[in-house]
Amino acid sequence: MSVGRHHLAWGLLAVVVIALVAYAEGSLSGYERTVLGFAGIYAMLAISLSFSNGLTGLFSLGHPAFMMVGAYVGAVLTFPANRKGFMLPALPEWLASVEWSLFPATLAGGIAAALVAAIAGFPVLRLRGHYLAVATLGLIIILRVVINNADGATRGALGLNGIPRHTDLWWIFGWLAAALLVCWRLKHSSIGRSLLAIRENEMAAACMGVPRARAKLAAFSLGAFFAGVGGVLWAHLLTNLTPGSFGIALAFMLVVMVVIGGSGSLVGAALAAIALTFLSEALRPIEQAMGAYGLVQIVIAVLLIAMLLLRPQGFFGSAEPSFLRRKAAGSRAGRPLSPGEEREV
Amino acid sequence: MTGGYLLQQMINGLVLGSVYALVAVGFSMIYGIVRLINFAHGDVLMVGAFSAFAILLVFGFPLWAAVLAVLTIGAILAMLIDFIAFRPQRSAPQVNGFITSLGVSILMQNLGILLLSGQPRPFNLPGWMRTNLDVLGARMTVLEIVTVAVTLLVLLGLTYFVRGTRMGIAMRATAENPLAARLMGIRVNKAIATAFALGGALAGLAGLLWAGRAGQIDPLMGFVPGLKAFVAAVIGGVGSLVGAVLGGYLLGFAEVLFVGLLPPSFGSYRDAFVFGLLILILLVLPNGLMGRSTEERA
Repeated sequence: MSVGRHHLAWGLLAVVVIALVAYAEGSLSGYERTVLGFAGIYAMLAISLSFSNGLTGLFSLGHPAFMMVGAYVGAVLTFPANRKGFMLPALPEWLASVEWSLFPATLAGGIAAALVAAIAGFPVLRLRGHYLAVATLGLIIILRVVINNADGATRGALGLNGIPRHTDLWWIFGWLAAALLVCWRLKHSSIGRSLLAIRENEMAAACMGVPRARAKLAAFSLGAFFAGVGGVLWAHLLTNLTPGSFGIALAFMLVVMVVIGGSGSLVGAALAAIALTFLSEALRPIEQAMGAYGLVQIVIAVLLIAMLLLRPQGFFGSAEPSFLRRKAAGSRAGRPLSPGEEREV
Repeated sequence: MTGGYLLQQMINGLVLGSVYALVAVGFSMIYGIVRLINFAHGDVLMVGAFSAFAILLVFGFPLWAAVLAVLTIGAILAMLIDFIAFRPQRSAPQVNGFITSLGVSILMQNLGILLLSGQPRPFNLPGWMRTNLDVLGARMTVLEIVTVAVTLLVLLGLTYFVRGTRMGIAMRATAENPLAARLMGIRVNKAIATAFALGGALAGLAGLLWAGRAGQIDPLMGFVPGLKAFVAAVIGGVGSLVGAVLGGYLLGFAEVLFVGLLPPSFGSYRDAFVFGLLILILLVLPNGLMGRSTEERA
């Protein structure tokens, strides 16, 4: 295979991001790096959500639930062993003595989240459309109640603080690249086309031999894996955790990113995530100066409603920016939906 | 456990179920006619509660004025939401409507925080509403008796409206098949707007009752009743009005009994229980108790 124009574009993108991260780690303030970090985490979450929600048509609001699982698993694993005794007295002996570094903890958090998704998804994914959305919303509330009540191992509603600040921009943007790579490759493979077929017409997909239950569960679990990873990174960036952070507001924020970027468009979702993070950070000082609390959410909600009314398929539809795409004859995998087109049958 | 305790719990369930039924019936009516899970329904309830607060406690009007006001404001608000946000995308996929309603909900909550502050305010109904009466050996406040009575009256009135009036028949025809209804000369958008108005009025009324029960109001208060209404509607079969009422009462009883009969340490699992129940029902009985299997849910 010869080197195409899209290879150059990807290479250039990678160089630019690496240079930016190196610059940011070297000379930006802690606050600026935290904002950048959140932009990266949100971008990763939006990519994985765009993969499972947008591409496969599984309208799940459960991402915060999986982040919560990942965040708590990761935080318990990396928490300083000498402080676990009095902070988290209910931990079993084998957990109380461990003190992992970030990478294995991130993997463990992601895998735990994927496992929860696989178990929960087995019954829940039989639902579709808004029924699936509300059932996964229920998942958030159920997990929050469980974590609040398991306060001996999580400190419950008090929140777990003093988590080591292991996350830096290299980790975040490394995982972002991994998420983009995995989801991109899957999207443009036969698996991605099966998933798209499920979204467009589930019965037709089944007739064509797509193992839809397995495919849906796999897409859902993959999304949850990256949500879990995002949760671990989040926990080690903020250094404190409360179950309340992973609520409806966060689910809503992530859905807005996917809707604005275009459901099924990975790069679109990532760009929307980064833009929205910067927008809300830019508005926050205004909100505080004017005492106008709620302003950020209002702006985001208005953006969402305007988008759904004026351009319901999002900026990119299901497609990716053309300069990153290989020119393949007859490939229609990323065809954007036209405005009035039905997505469900 | 004594019989008196059980009776008291049943009465608590009846009162809670009445409020749920009031919210759920409007929610289910809107779903039935436009196939929309209206997440903003609970926030109409919140606006109802704040309107009641303004009329009763800020301006000092009597209670009947507050009741009239919450009915009117709820109806107008719900119609306005439909007109601005939902009507332009009637032909879009169902999920778009749901996401829009999520956006409307967040918008209303945060407008509430922005304009009215997020701090909870005490909401005290007139004293006579809060006096305790003895009913068959159990204690009920006047408010609770009024809640149950008003719910029954409203549901009877609604049943008459939907079954006996021209507009009610138009609404049912639209719910059955919007295209055929339009071909028969029914003004479909007017029927839909009426459904939103009725649902909104009931939500506003429920806001007054809910606020009276809780004793305080805040801009986020609509979230829980909105979700519970959804659960109640699903139990009964979304789209079925009788089902929504049944689901509301069942959920009320189930919740009260869950908290009342299990050891106190389980009390904090109440919301998890409600959602566990929801997921179970969606899987085992996707059309609910009274729903018809006219569309695929699972």
